[in-house]
Amino acid sequence: MEKILVGLKRVVDYNVRVRVKSDGSGVETEGVKMSINPFDEIALEEALRIREKGDASEVIVVSIGPGEAQQQLRTGLAMGADRAILVETSEAVDPLSAARVFKALVDKEQPDLVLLGKQAIDNDANQTGQMLAALWERPQGTFCSGLEIADGKATVTREVDVGLEIIEIDLPAVITADLRLNEPRYVKLPDIMKAKKKPLDTVSADDLGVTVSSDFEITSYAPPPQRQKGIMVEDVAGLVNALKEKGLV
Amino acid sequence: MAKILIIAEHDGQSLNPSTPKCVKCAAGIDGGEIHVAVFAKDAADVAAEAAKIEGVAKVLTVENEANEKPLAAVLAPQVAELADGYTHVFGPSTSFGKDVMPRVAALLGVNQLSDVMEVIGPYEFKRPIYAGNAIITVRTPEDKTLVATVRAASYQAAGTGGSAGVEAASVSAELPTHTRWLELKAGSSDRPDLATAPRVVSGGRALGSEENFEIIFKLADKLGAAVGASRAAVDAGYVPNEMQVGQTGKIIAPELYIAIGISGAIQHLTGIKDAGTIVAINKDEDAPIFEVADVGLVADLFKAIPELESELG
Repeated sequence: MEKILVGLKRVVDYNVRVRVKSDGSGVETEGVKMSINPFDEIALEEALRIREKGDASEVIVVSIGPGEAQQQLRTGLAMGADRAILVETSEAVDPLSAARVFKALVDKEQPDLVLLGKQAIDNDANQTGQMLAALWERPQGTFCSGLEIADGKATVTREVDVGLEIIEIDLPAVITADLRLNEPRYVKLPDIMKAKKKPLDTVSADDLGVTVSSDFEITSYAPPPQRQKGIMVEDVAGLVNALKEKGLV
Repeated sequence: MAKILIIAEHDGQSLNPSTPKCVKCAAGIDGGEIHVAVFAKDAADVAAEAAKIEGVAKVLTVENEANEKPLAAVLAPQVAELADGYTHVFGPSTSFGKDVMPRVAALLGVNQLSDVMEVIGPYEFKRPIYAGNAIITVRTPEDKTLVATVRAASYQAAGTGGSAGVEAASVSAELPTHTRWLELKAGSSDRPDLATAPRVVSGGRALGSEENFEIIFKLADKLGAAVGASRAAVDAGYVPNEMQVGQTGKIIAPELYIAIGISGAIQHLTGIKDAGTIVAINKDEDAPIFEVADVGLVADLFKAIPELESELG
């Protein structure tokens, strides 16, 4: 296998408690720590492991977003990716636009595998991989927790609601990573230095012939309804009484 | 007028409880006509079940050898073809729906709305983002088919008093052979399904071992409840992945949720926000789970659980 394309989305770090702005116009992102979407980091780790086993020769990381997304691409290069492409846009990128950008890059780079996170932890859409697979008319292995590649095929273990489903797909294909696929490596300081010398190309979505826009309009943001704190009981008998009062036992 | 197509989820024999929940959501669109599509090798039993869901006007069956297993790449072109003439195409926000529906949307050249939790109007909905830390209201274009997934935990199942007609539909879409189903490793269990059970008992890391987790199963059996677990308990290897409740596991809304030895990390709370009554038993009185629990008990679970079991008779 030649190339693996990996998507890295710049999102609010998963440790940040996201808050809705008081005027309901969005969520607070000013001065907030930004990171690679955790599922994308898992996707990249998997791509690197495939390359390290000798089953692929090049891992290319791609981000679609503002100029600052270079930081996430540099982290991806420090983890071990060979080169990076930033598709720069100041627009909010919806999954269909992202899939169209990836499709344009797929046409250009001709990868054997595209590895993406199953969802981004900002909009929680869980769509881009499936949409890319549809536009590319290729197989999809979503929610992947186990991946084996041999003879131009991938055996994909998928985390589904009732357990684990195993499918076989022909390459090229799109795989979306679930949490248990692997544990991403830590980046070491020398790797960060080395990553500065690796190639990072910037193109615009227009260059790729894609218009990034969304016809879904977000009209308001609100904090979620809060549950009220309930009662504390002294002992198991008190617990059973409380449940009886509620008609639950 | 809205014409809504719902893609049924099933295992070849019976309908998944997420489907009547999708119908309930769709019924929130005033004056909408609701059809349910069953893609299967042999659709008769599932279609008969779907026809009984209250609010369903018609059930369409698409029978095909290739539809024996739910493969998104095989189903999506058929759904996209059948979607012609519908204003809305809904599926459940389960691992099945999340796999299939975005592929359908892309084939139709439209965006998808994920995890609908409230219908405001035919083209206006609420959905959660940032793991439920924000709720957005989204307006979608009226001149395009709206493809959406429905967050099952936000809806009760529609009733079963209906008697819709069942019709075979034919689709001519060319089906790919690049994706092959091999195997399903399902947790063998006679217990109720975690995703849809009205009662759930969950255990956390405090259980300490796979053997100790048995007391959770025993209590659950006494209550006729499904069994869940926190991510910490799953990561520690006490129980398998599919039992995980939370943001990265299952998002559930049982009438009764009993959290035992679970501290209540945000990612776990995200999965139980819509539960009717939350009961927490934890020996740490400062555990965050008590902030959301309707009934809390500070106690050693190894003493409290056997006692609770005997109190329940």
